[in-house]
Amino acid sequence: MPLLDIQNLSVDFKTASGPFRAVDGVSMTVDAGEIVSIVGESGSGKSVSMLALMGLLPWTATITADRMLFDGHELAGLSARQRRRIVGKDMAMIFQEPMSSLNPCFTVGFQIGEALKVHLKLDRKARRRRVIELLEMVGIPAAAERVDAFPHQLSGGMSQRVMIAMAIACQPKLLIADEPTTALDVTIQAQILELLMQLQSETGMGLVLITHDMGVVAETAHRVSVQYAGQKVEEQAVAGLFADPHHPYTAALLAALPERATSRRLPSIPGVVPGQFDRPTGCLFSPRCKFATERCVTKVPPVQGRQAGYALCHYPLAGGRPVGHPGPGATIHPDLQEVA
Amino acid sequence: MNAPVDPATVVLAADGLARTYELKRGLFGKPAYVRALAEASFDLKAGKTLAVVGESGCGKSTLARVVTMIEKPTAGSLTVDGRTVDGRSAADARLLRQSVQIVFQDPYGSLNPRQTVAAILEEPLYVNTDDDAATRRAKAQAMMRRVGLRPEHAERYPHMFSGGQRQRIAIARALMLNPKILVLDEPVSALDVSIQAQVLNLLMDLQEEMGLAYLFISHDLGVVRHIADEVMVMYLGRPVEYGTRDEIFADPKHPYTRALLSATPSTEAGGRRERIRLKGELPSPLNPPTGCAFHPRCPYMYEPCPKERPELAVPDSDLLVACHAVREGRI
Repeated sequence: MPLLDIQNLSVDFKTASGPFRAVDGVSMTVDAGEIVSIVGESGSGKSVSMLALMGLLPWTATITADRMLFDGHELAGLSARQRRRIVGKDMAMIFQEPMSSLNPCFTVGFQIGEALKVHLKLDRKARRRRVIELLEMVGIPAAAERVDAFPHQLSGGMSQRVMIAMAIACQPKLLIADEPTTALDVTIQAQILELLMQLQSETGMGLVLITHDMGVVAETAHRVSVQYAGQKVEEQAVAGLFADPHHPYTAALLAALPERATSRRLPSIPGVVPGQFDRPTGCLFSPRCKFATERCVTKVPPVQGRQAGYALCHYPLAGGRPVGHPGPGATIHPDLQEVA
Repeated sequence: MNAPVDPATVVLAADGLARTYELKRGLFGKPAYVRALAEASFDLKAGKTLAVVGESGCGKSTLARVVTMIEKPTAGSLTVDGRTVDGRSAADARLLRQSVQIVFQDPYGSLNPRQTVAAILEEPLYVNTDDDAATRRAKAQAMMRRVGLRPEHAERYPHMFSGGQRQRIAIARALMLNPKILVLDEPVSALDVSIQAQVLNLLMDLQEEMGLAYLFISHDLGVVRHIADEVMVMYLGRPVEYGTRDEIFADPKHPYTRALLSATPSTEAGGRRERIRLKGELPSPLNPPTGCAFHPRCPYMYEPCPKERPELAVPDSDLLVACHAVREGRI
């Protein structure tokens, strides 16, 4: 049984201009000891789906799901009190901005100790011992002194280490890291990613890594789920995703990376991610897809099988060629062909 | 500093630029000095791109501000088009502002939300030229077309555009006075990958058409490798390595350049290369380490490093690497 099993999760936001679907029928599973990465551009709903899982969305959000099982417990419909017993203990999260995620009014030792007090009922002495132990675990030098430091006395990399220490304080079974290194420099990013992977392999927890950086995905994840405009468009093991992407969006995204460029001109994806008011019918990627046909515009694409990376596409790619495609003459964006 | 290739093509030469900030420490305390930038020398050639890379706090944005004279250098000089400017006279500043323009990182913060696109683009002409309203409007519309915006959107406000389009507006604004040099301060790091590719393509097209020289400031080595002709690597306010793109990426010399390259995650197959681990973090520029500023983190540190700061030029070679170990042939 997977550690985390989400089926058909949708999140709708009430906005002044009408409802907005930020997450649209996303399914995913995470096993213990596995690193799953969710990758997508801004607005793809990658953070919102995990916030929904943690119960951290505002009241304007409506969450619907067929199944949201964590460690055998159904999370949907849990009361706030019941959810608090799980969140922060068995399931923990790290956020993007380490500097603004810490409370400036309390020492880091106090903030890490809070979870230990609430969930594990440790007394003061035991808490302090455990906090120092945790700070040492995440590689903070002179941990015994840093316990009493305030967040402003720490650098970005150190703050992120404190956030990690806080998240792993109760030895969670699942750790969700939401863009943990985006605000950090590359040399510090390398240190933090290495730390996360080391902790993950030592404790055997499941790790969900939300990121937009394909390089980070390639070097850390085991399995990757690609999201676009709130939908999961592809899921594959990491090696397969980079060698043979099955969804045209994944393929275009990889081709647009400067480091994979074969010519000086980068193959860009025209247009922008659809917003609240210009959501296309049929396939959401069809206005930007060079393979799109009449069928893509009118019919919602099916989820393909495992072989095709569960691609949400009428004509999933295999070796860069769309399977079952009627031919270049049928595409509705002939101008995009030349770019290809 | 390099052997000048053809002096006619060098549009901007910086010689020993430095910028120091004074930090007041109370009424009676001695002020402290932060050396944000020191001894930055480089040549910008028409139609070429010089990339400046480094981590936060390395002085790359200070460099951008000094080159555009948003801030005056505390030492050193800039030669623009054969004319040396030190930023102390108003005429100098005018000349510099017409030929050197800047595009900022955040397209959400760098455009006035109360101005229409037309007003944003016409303002530089209004301030600096004698063009009448009709000419200004025509020029603004032509520039919008050139950067891939629809001229009929001229009356729209910045909030009605996406991030990529806003960055196009910022680029258009910078090009209104036909500058020769464009300083690009992290122009694509706030954009998504698919949009980033569009903007990079636009920048490369404009450079080819208009023969612009780019000073491209970035921390993204993938982007730098794609767009740059020359690369300057900075650490704690000083250049530590300067070379052509191929030299830097194929055969980095300075231990910091090597670490930076190996720390950048790659999507290439079998990408889990041997990493050079850097211990610790960037030291405080208020209290920089003695000698070579990189020595506390350097895996090749040996006895002269904490004592003496290595010069950039390596004797008996045309390398520009500020490292004792490289000079002595130890690495």
